[in-house]
Amino acid sequence: MKAYFTFFKIRFINGLQYRAAAYAGVATQFAWGFMTILMFSAFYKSNPENFPMTFENLTTYIWLQQSFLALFMAWFFDNEIFDSISSGNVAYELCRPTGLYEMWFVRSLSSRIYRVVLRCSPILIVAAFLPAPYGISLPVDIMAFFLFILSLALGSFLMVSINMLIYASTFYTISPMGIRILSVSIFELFSGAIIPLPFLPDNVHRIFNLLPFASTQNTPFLIYNGYLSGKSVFHALLLQIAWLFTFVLFGKLLFRDALKKVVVQGG
Amino acid sequence: MKLWLKYADIMLRSQMQYKTSFILTAIGQFLVSFSVFIGIYFMFARFNNVEGFKFSEVLICFSVLLTSFSIAECFFRGFDTFGGIISNGEFDRIMVRPRNEVLQVLGSRIEFTRIGRFLQAIIVLAYAIPNSGIVWTADKIVTLCLMIIGGTFLFAGLFIIYAGICFFTIEGLEFMNIFTDGGKEFGKYPLSIYGEGILKFFTFIIPLALIQYYPLLYLLGRTDNPLYMILPVFGILFILPSYIFWRFGVKHYKSTGS
Repeated sequence: MKAYFTFFKIRFINGLQYRAAAYAGVATQFAWGFMTILMFSAFYKSNPENFPMTFENLTTYIWLQQSFLALFMAWFFDNEIFDSISSGNVAYELCRPTGLYEMWFVRSLSSRIYRVVLRCSPILIVAAFLPAPYGISLPVDIMAFFLFILSLALGSFLMVSINMLIYASTFYTISPMGIRILSVSIFELFSGAIIPLPFLPDNVHRIFNLLPFASTQNTPFLIYNGYLSGKSVFHALLLQIAWLFTFVLFGKLLFRDALKKVVVQGG
Repeated sequence: MKLWLKYADIMLRSQMQYKTSFILTAIGQFLVSFSVFIGIYFMFARFNNVEGFKFSEVLICFSVLLTSFSIAECFFRGFDTFGGIISNGEFDRIMVRPRNEVLQVLGSRIEFTRIGRFLQAIIVLAYAIPNSGIVWTADKIVTLCLMIIGGTFLFAGLFIIYAGICFFTIEGLEFMNIFTDGGKEFGKYPLSIYGEGILKFFTFIIPLALIQYYPLLYLLGRTDNPLYMILPVFGILFILPSYIFWRFGVKHYKSTGS
């Protein structure tokens, strides 16, 4: 356990070096979030009664999405992991007295978290000072805030555990590009990255909600802005836990199977 | 031109080495833009119209932009990895060759997998053209073609500027993405919906509205001003200042020495 924690710390501190890149990223995300809000505001003006949540709820959702983008961005993968599989360096990793799945899990998680640590506070602070309907509002109550944190943690674990399946698939295909981009396209739609899931037609929304993708970013953000409350919060959290459990189990099985047959390509 | 075809040939053959991956990537490209399309569809299922634009009208906008973006991306994405070319010293090698350096950078990466996105754009366009309620007279067809050509050149220009900035910063600037990928992302709706300020910005600074919003008004018959029809030509001209900026960058180029 301690070994994994140390591993996490190394990656984390290493990542904090890239501060300038992070600030450029903040500016981009800010502009991006701003444009998205303007787009929704155009829809809001055209037809306010069809808006599934209040406008403040939406802007809060968008800013949270931009601040925590690094946790949930589907197109982000650790290229070193892909390289170590296709170049055969994975053999060295297997020599270590640590589980491969656990080590890569920690590694992917830490590289997502350091990005968020660098990026989220400037976005959140600026968004907090924007005038009323355009800024981010406080969570509905203190309880919602804690549940949000819990759900955010579960969501990012789930995100990484789904990524692990993509890494595992590289053992079988060697060139990961195709599967990567397929997973990205599925994620973007189903997780609410393109439009927040409550904006979908009701019956589609109900189905999407049950899929694992909704449990990544959609759930925590909706808990924060109060769209989910009372009993439905606990249902959503349980669903997150269930999916997390399923994906970790499946990922571990896949890794075990892949490692049984792994062929190190020379080098 | 012959040299470029040679490059294209090599690229095509090397990408064909991993056939499954190539096909999956192309399908993925298709699906990525398909999910954007689904997003638009669901938004209109809920809201019906946005600032007076109907679904089919927005689709024209979306598909024109996507078509030009995918063409530009297929041929000009070489500039996207330009930061890498500079920092590993590859550009020094390019400079000493007796050929145009733009051509060589172009040839360094040609993404045939963008065919997926292109296909998507064409399908949506084919759907939108008969369903938009536009009477397709000769002038409107010309306008549509101008929009696509203008858009292609505009995005190409943006990619070139993106690379030109690398001469000064070594690394690619993530912020430029807001104009390239962001232009594609937010240009799916007519730019007027974002409000006056944004529309002005995309008219006078990054002339995206010239190939999108204004000619669209002409297509939809909301204006008879023939000026709006030829505005995309200025989108084509955008490549000139981009190229000048690039030349300026090349002059100031200092090798990283590695």
